[in-house]
Amino acid sequence: MKRRYDFTNRDIVSIRGFTREEIDYILEVSHSMEPLAERGSDMLRGKVLAELFFEPSTRTMLSFQTAMYKLGGNVIGFAEPGVSSVWKGESLADTVRVVENYSDVIVLRHPLEGAARLAAEYAKVPVINAGSGAEEHPTQALLDLYTILKHKGRIDGLSIILMGDLRYGRTVHSLAYALSLYDVDLHLVSPDLLKMRREVIEDIKDRIKVTEHTDLMEILPDADVLYVTRIQKERFPDLGEYEKVRGSYVIDLNVLKKAKDDLIVLHPLPRVDEIAVEVDSTSFAKYFEQTKNGVVVRMALLALVLGAIK
Amino acid sequence: MSKKTLRVSKIKDGTVIDHIARGRALDVIKILGIDGRSGGIVTIAMNVPSKKLGVKDMVKIEGRELNPEEVDKIALISPRATINIIRNYRVVEKQKVKLPSIVQGIIKCIKPSCISNSKKEPVKPKFYVVSENPLRLRCHYCNSILEEEDILKQF
Ligand SMILES: Nc1ncnc2c1ncn2[C@@H]1O[C@H](COP(=O)(O)OP(=O)(O)OP(=O)(O)O)[C@@H](O)[C@H]1O
Ligand SMILES: [Mg+2]
Ligand SMILES: [Zn+2]
Repeated sequence: MKRRYDFTNRDIVSIRGFTREEIDYILEVSHSMEPLAERGSDMLRGKVLAELFFEPSTRTMLSFQTAMYKLGGNVIGFAEPGVSSVWKGESLADTVRVVENYSDVIVLRHPLEGAARLAAEYAKVPVINAGSGAEEHPTQALLDLYTILKHKGRIDGLSIILMGDLRYGRTVHSLAYALSLYDVDLHLVSPDLLKMRREVIEDIKDRIKVTEHTDLMEILPDADVLYVTRIQKERFPDLGEYEKVRGSYVIDLNVLKKAKDDLIVLHPLPRVDEIAVEVDSTSFAKYFEQTKNGVVVRMALLALVLGAIK
Repeated sequence: MSKKTLRVSKIKDGTVIDHIARGRALDVIKILGIDGRSGGIVTIAMNVPSKKLGVKDMVKIEGRELNPEEVDKIALISPRATINIIRNYRVVEKQKVKLPSIVQGIIKCIKPSCISNSKKEPVKPKFYVVSENPLRLRCHYCNSILEEEDILKQF
């Protein structure tokens, strides 16, 4: 490893909190977790992770649980505050100051923007943001980067497409920001209505080349990575408008004929019909593997913030 | 300024807010909650020639001194303003407003779903100054950018 960083007790709130070097280091540690994910480890024996999910997200919750168990730790927590009315009425600031006494690290999912930052300000133990509001989902961005790195051997120099709902999509904002720390060509493909917010583009356009398109075919032939997100009906004022665009943002074998052989297709999941099932068995498809990579990245983060790796 | 204009607006005790950015005098009036239906003499001067600013606005208020929160709000919209406290017709205290790099407490985030707008949480809104002119702030909690008009709307 080139350089080490001490993440002990650090909060993982926003991808903006990291330098490129720190992210590279997290990705390296993630790689070193691969064998431990296979055979298990007792690196975090005696440690307790508290999962506070004020909003359902089964996949992310299971991923953190698996990561903690693979490292020999234990998990407590709740999914949705409805389970216990105590949590519902209480402020988040109070909840974390109770839960920190039961646990060594808190993983938080919350419907309000900035909730993880507030929780981190009150909690003595490190807080990991597992999604707050519509914007931030830093561990998803990290696992996306890890998947790209794993298959391409690098992130610099790649041509990367983000496609679909770039306006409301929770994961694409964190990912676009993370990618802007690397030397990539970023292409944003979406219907006009769902274009990336200006403030996100403003934030990254000084560091990397960003282009916007409505037609995927303009840039697919040169792309190395295609990141697909779901376009939801509810985002459109009327159904006709939705029907008009939906077909243009579906990936199937016919579309992929135009792609490079070594293109990889990613998706934060769940998928509905934006990637045809026929793509699953091709070498393009890396979206299920992403979830596996999510476990090693979360193992790395837990080991780092709990000081088991320095 | 000529003696003649000064005589018109001379106040005994109160505050002169000088070096207000051009076009901002009415925003200052709004920040101070002045509606002219009560209180002492209020003089508003706009487009006054100024050595420092080229042109400036001024507001003079009889019988009132400003609290720190009002001064902070004025700093947001007019970071070069000077607050002069007048006692017995003379300037007894002069304070340059200062736009801090972190703005706390005086304005709210524009995003309703931002945790800093939650009534339940013990939280004070907090913003970073991204740019002074035009004024732009970034929310510490949700990263939303507040533009000048978003901020003025709140005063
Ligand atoms: N009694 C008063 N009534 C109304 N206005 C006043 C009074 N005394 C001073 N002023 C105004 O307050 C401002 C500040 O007064 P001061 O005498 O400090 O002027 P200055 O030396 O030009 O100050 P600065 O260096 O801040 O520009 C001036 O614009 C002046 O006209
Ligand atoms: Mg002067
Ligand atoms: Zn906010």
